[in-house]
Amino acid sequence: MRTKAITRLLFTLAILMWLALVFTDLSISFSISNGLRPEIATWVPKVILNIYIVLLFYYYRFKIERDESLNFIDLLWRVFATGLIATVLSLVIRFLEYLIGGTKLTSHFLYQEFTYLINLGLMVSVLLCAFMAWKRLILYQKSKWLIRLWIAFEYGMMISLIYNSFSFPFVARYYEFILGAFVLVGLVLSGNMKWVAYLNFRQKWTGLLLLLLTIFYLFYIFLTSGSIINSLGDQHTVGIDHTYHIFILSLMIFVSIYSIFSFLVILFNLPTTSVFEQKLEEVVNFQRISQSIQTEQNEESVYNILLETSVSTVFADAGWLEITGDREQHRVYTYEITDKEASDIIEHLAKRNVRGLLEQNQDKTRNLSKHLATLKGSRFRSILAYPIYVKGENIGTLALLKELPEGFNKEMNKIVSTFANQAGISIENFRLMEEALQNERYKEELKIAKTVQKSLLPQVLEQGQDFEVAAFSESADEVGGDYYDTLKINDHQTALIIADVSGKGTTAAFHMSQMKGIFHSLAQGCIDPNEFMLRANQALIHCLERGSFISAIFFLIDSQQKLVKYARAGHCPILYYNKTEDRAFYLKDKGVALGMVRNKSYQDFIQQKEFTYKPGDVMLMFTDGITEAKNQRNEQFGNDRLAEVLYDVKTESPRKIQERLISRLYEFSGTDNIDDDYTTLIVRFKN
Amino acid sequence: MIHIKRLQEDGADVLALVGEIDASSSIDLDLAIARSVGEGFTKILIDCSALEYISSAGLGVFMSYIEECKEKNISMVLFGMNKNVANTFEILGLNELLQITATKAEAKQKL
Repeated sequence: MRTKAITRLLFTLAILMWLALVFTDLSISFSISNGLRPEIATWVPKVILNIYIVLLFYYYRFKIERDESLNFIDLLWRVFATGLIATVLSLVIRFLEYLIGGTKLTSHFLYQEFTYLINLGLMVSVLLCAFMAWKRLILYQKSKWLIRLWIAFEYGMMISLIYNSFSFPFVARYYEFILGAFVLVGLVLSGNMKWVAYLNFRQKWTGLLLLLLTIFYLFYIFLTSGSIINSLGDQHTVGIDHTYHIFILSLMIFVSIYSIFSFLVILFNLPTTSVFEQKLEEVVNFQRISQSIQTEQNEESVYNILLETSVSTVFADAGWLEITGDREQHRVYTYEITDKEASDIIEHLAKRNVRGLLEQNQDKTRNLSKHLATLKGSRFRSILAYPIYVKGENIGTLALLKELPEGFNKEMNKIVSTFANQAGISIENFRLMEEALQNERYKEELKIAKTVQKSLLPQVLEQGQDFEVAAFSESADEVGGDYYDTLKINDHQTALIIADVSGKGTTAAFHMSQMKGIFHSLAQGCIDPNEFMLRANQALIHCLERGSFISAIFFLIDSQQKLVKYARAGHCPILYYNKTEDRAFYLKDKGVALGMVRNKSYQDFIQQKEFTYKPGDVMLMFTDGITEAKNQRNEQFGNDRLAEVLYDVKTESPRKIQERLISRLYEFSGTDNIDDDYTTLIVRFKN
Repeated sequence: MIHIKRLQEDGADVLALVGEIDASSSIDLDLAIARSVGEGFTKILIDCSALEYISSAGLGVFMSYIEECKEKNISMVLFGMNKNVANTFEILGLNELLQITATKAEAKQKL
């Protein structure tokens, strides 16, 4: 809004200045011709002209230089339009003159002076408009050096205005020198024609036309102004004369040179436009392929984009993309060719025993055109094939076809092979991303499994009349399959279990939940331990996959008889502290893990044992994570150390025993990071 | 990491296990035994003298071949285990199900 007001103000002021110029100039001329002493100083019109120039300069600066929305053709159009208006106005005056005929008025020098001023005003306007437009064009791709030169040029011209206003005598002899310097700088600046390259074919034609007409207008205006000055001749004693005005002259020369240069450069660039456009399209296509990974949701669109862009870039008549990799689903994408035609060509080449061509393990682009010549009934005479690699593995072939013989040149070959490479990278990236997503999903799954596993372990353990129980379970990053539980069968009988499911992750958690189900359903009925194991095995063999098993110990503690019955199925042996003997030892027994023997003969591999306990005895059950924990010297914690620990803390409560054991374990391994699952179940008998 | 060396001796396929068998390397063990069985060997010797550690997944591999060996009348004997490894087999009760001997000579006799 503000700029608009300023441009309007500048324009109005410029017109007012021009009117002032006319008034002062004519009055001076009139006075002199009548032999009177003019009331206005002779330098006043010159200053007013220069103010007019400055005002217009800033007017166009706001109008053209600051308007970001103008493109190259718009700029040329602005100059053309301004030139057109100026020419039309100038012609209208001539026409009026012609209508009036050679009267006294038209030959009167004051009238001629007046028309000269009109033409001068119009010419300055057109020149400044062109100057600003050319400035935009020249500075389209700017360097520091170019900007400096331009600023020097512009300021130099401005300073010359002051010089013109007062015509200092001491610089008069440098007149040619200064003008020459401006022309030279103008010439150097005119070498900047980079914008031409960005015009497309149509724009270039439009530009040529606009520039031609602009040049025509410019010369018409120059000639008109020049001829009026000449006809004024001697009468033009004191008035304004642009032919001695450095600013206007330099401007005329610069604007004309740049217009002619631009015209010629565009003209000579016309034939190569298509090449430039093609290059630009290649870049855009290349970007499309590399960006397809971010925008496209599947590999198929990457393949389609590759095929489409390759065909359009090398002006192929048809093409296909065959995905044949070992791990890929066989697919053929075609473009302007039927599947049958494509398969005919593939077959033909295979029949001709063309080695390593349209099949796997070719490692470079091949021109197969010579083999195509022998295929009857095919419209294609040129063919190029490109391998596509993903992670160093050839997954397919891109083939491009032309109806012309020798239709592909080296350049095209290079470009498409780059495309093929980029497509390979895009697909690779795409797959990596998929994998990352899969991993993320897997992690999420593990989290769920871990929560499930945690929830399967009992919150509270059943304490017996004459024993205390404590348990501890910690699992590493992955989900483990350690399980323990207790169940009170009646007043004096309690069932206990500790189990370790082989494997990790969701399946382990799943098997653990099965084990929990088995324990809670079987233990209810006061079952004998070996019977428990037999039934559990029978139940588990139907759901444990090949190679998976569960190790477990099942206890039945009878507080009345002070008797423990148990069966160990492949689990770590029980560590027992016998208070009477005051020693800790491992109970000897035999038993195969659940799921290992998948028939009724399992009863031969499981053993039920029993012993009576005394107050102060301690029973410690654990999983192999404890004994297999390693220290920095790669030594295992081992059974002996475990027995020692128990012996040291034999009089403590189960909770304390467990705490001491774990702290000793961390001490031993020298780190807080466990890389296995630790589980202990401790029972201490009391009175 | 496990490295499996394979050679044939007196009509028996001998697989020497060198290193440790954990969840990931148990796949290699499985493949090696599967190949041996697939090639029709009826006598398979597993040399465990350089086996330093075996996890439950590795034990699972041996376990999974017990029935197949019985069906196809293949005799598979493991020998030369160190104390730790032997202990792991014993705890699980696999020593009841598999033929395990101390030396290679004993193992050959069992074939």
